[in-house]
Amino acid sequence: MTNITEPHVAPADHITGRPRPDAGSTPFVRRFPILQNLRLGLAIAIVILVVSWAFFPSFFTSTDPFAGDVLTRLKPPSASHWFGTDNLGRDLYARVIYGTSLSLKATVIALALAFVASSIIGVAAGYLGGIVDEIIMRVMDVLLAIPNLLISLMLISAIGFGTINIAIAVGIASIASFARVMRAEVLRVSTSHYVEAARSYGAGWFGICLRHVFPHARGPVSALVAIEFGSAILSISALSFLGYGAVPPTPEWGNLVAEGRNYLATAWWLTSIPGLVIILTVLAVNAIGRQLNRSPEASR
Amino acid sequence: MIILVIQVSWYRMAFYILRRLLNAVLVIWAAFTISFLLLYLLPSDPVSLMLSSDTGGGGSAVATSEQYAMLASRYGLDRPPLEQYGYLLAKAAAGDLGMSMQSGKTVITQIGEALPETLKLAALSLAIALVIGSTLALVASYRQDGYLRAILLALPPISMAVPTFWIGLVLLQIFAFELRLVPSLGNRGFSSLIMPALTLAIPAAATIAQTLSKGLDDAASQPFVRMLRAKGVPRRTIYLRHILHNASIPALTVVGLLVGNIFAGAVVTETVFSRVGIGRLLQNAVDVQDIPLVQGLVVLTAAAYAIVNLLVDLIYPLIDPRIRRGVGAGGDAA
Repeated sequence: MTNITEPHVAPADHITGRPRPDAGSTPFVRRFPILQNLRLGLAIAIVILVVSWAFFPSFFTSTDPFAGDVLTRLKPPSASHWFGTDNLGRDLYARVIYGTSLSLKATVIALALAFVASSIIGVAAGYLGGIVDEIIMRVMDVLLAIPNLLISLMLISAIGFGTINIAIAVGIASIASFARVMRAEVLRVSTSHYVEAARSYGAGWFGICLRHVFPHARGPVSALVAIEFGSAILSISALSFLGYGAVPPTPEWGNLVAEGRNYLATAWWLTSIPGLVIILTVLAVNAIGRQLNRSPEASR
Repeated sequence: MIILVIQVSWYRMAFYILRRLLNAVLVIWAAFTISFLLLYLLPSDPVSLMLSSDTGGGGSAVATSEQYAMLASRYGLDRPPLEQYGYLLAKAAAGDLGMSMQSGKTVITQIGEALPETLKLAALSLAIALVIGSTLALVASYRQDGYLRAILLALPPISMAVPTFWIGLVLLQIFAFELRLVPSLGNRGFSSLIMPALTLAIPAAATIAQTLSKGLDDAASQPFVRMLRAKGVPRRTIYLRHILHNASIPALTVVGLLVGNIFAGAVVTETVFSRVGIGRLLQNAVDVQDIPLVQGLVVLTAAAYAIVNLLVDLIYPLIDPRIRRGVGAGGDAA
């Protein structure tokens, strides 16, 4: 009878504590239409570059990310070391590039986990309805009331540290917001004529879910995945920064910033540059996610 | 204002408040339950963690099975899950969140020591966020068209892409190390509070700015605005007295939601600035897998969230006469 967090559900749905990045960036671009394509092109270029870093790191740098050189300790960015060097004389550019694959892998695992789990939960809640729906959605409401970072931290203290574990923690923490969207879509699709038709010729509920409901309901959730990609990168780098991810010397975007923290006063590049790489990647991913959400294919 | 509310019908109001209060209690209970499920039932073994951390991580001391059994029974970890849950919940309801595994103090004591610092930080950052966020939204919305508006509205989405820890580190670098204006680390009075508060305030301000500017634009396109203009009310008056009033309701909801995020953001910010506080406490608790302390802090955050949202719910009827009148009817329907 009483809805937990009932008056907040509607805003949390759209905002999930942090507004979706598509909320208000358009006016600037709308004024200058050419920027629209320019920005999208740039975003795609950045994403392609970052993905290539992850898959072919040796193609972009011949330097070993683990090999230090005492003669080149804490050198600022230069022609030979684009991003400078750290306290052990290791090349920061190489470390950022080699750290990309772990950071991106964690992001993809987190989102895949969230997508699969929220699909199952959302379809179960939306299609089965009744008491199952009621219980599942109340639990999701409560999960939405606890900030994602805290859910992740709880999971990490239960399952332990490591890149894969922080990916799992971030994935589980974002299930609730995905599942709400999935359920809403399933409810919409379930009342459509083709689902009724399938039911009338005696198809089983599992078959209907798999063949009719899920394929038509997954669009908006996929779009949400594109939008959430950026914030998943941010969450994972924050957890890695706090020291729950890869153990140094293994590089990861977040722990690179954390390592540079001790040299804040003397070596600005050690924190600033990995941070800028994260920011540019998130901006690029957000721009693409917004574009996918706007085009009509995404909503089908 | 308050007298006006009471006039409407006091029992409807009482019912509304009671329902909201019940809601807040439910959220706290549910947070406790979920944290129990995640922390105690996942395949982790708090007792052996505790034993290994007692020896200072040396690893040489192997705990005897008697030691193990003793610790397990002290924390109630040897009972079946449901019984554990009932035991912990009864204790928590009486205000006892258990003992911290690491420090041997009670969880409540540790939280009590750290809470004032975080409350100061959260209050100042919320104040900064409100000022920056609403100024940005008001200026952007008041200038209906123009480059300034375009640039101002591009700011929040950009700041959403910046990791909180990075904002903190860059602020440290510029203001503490380059310009030497403020102390870099620790809890040293107001001057050491400014930068952490600003770090937390920037993403919050972006959220407020986005919601408020959307609310302002929505309100500005409603028919009553045209009516007021036709009556010859000056634009600034329409803006500050009528449009802002209408737009403040979604913004208020967002402020309620932001409180949870500010508490969570304190984990990163207090770590960056090496400040004492709830966030740092949580970071340490996760580090050593101090399960009761982690649970206590999560329940505390949920309580803060529930209380602030309760306050927001109670402020709604003061701002919006439609809610004031609909309190009874809407409440029965839900």
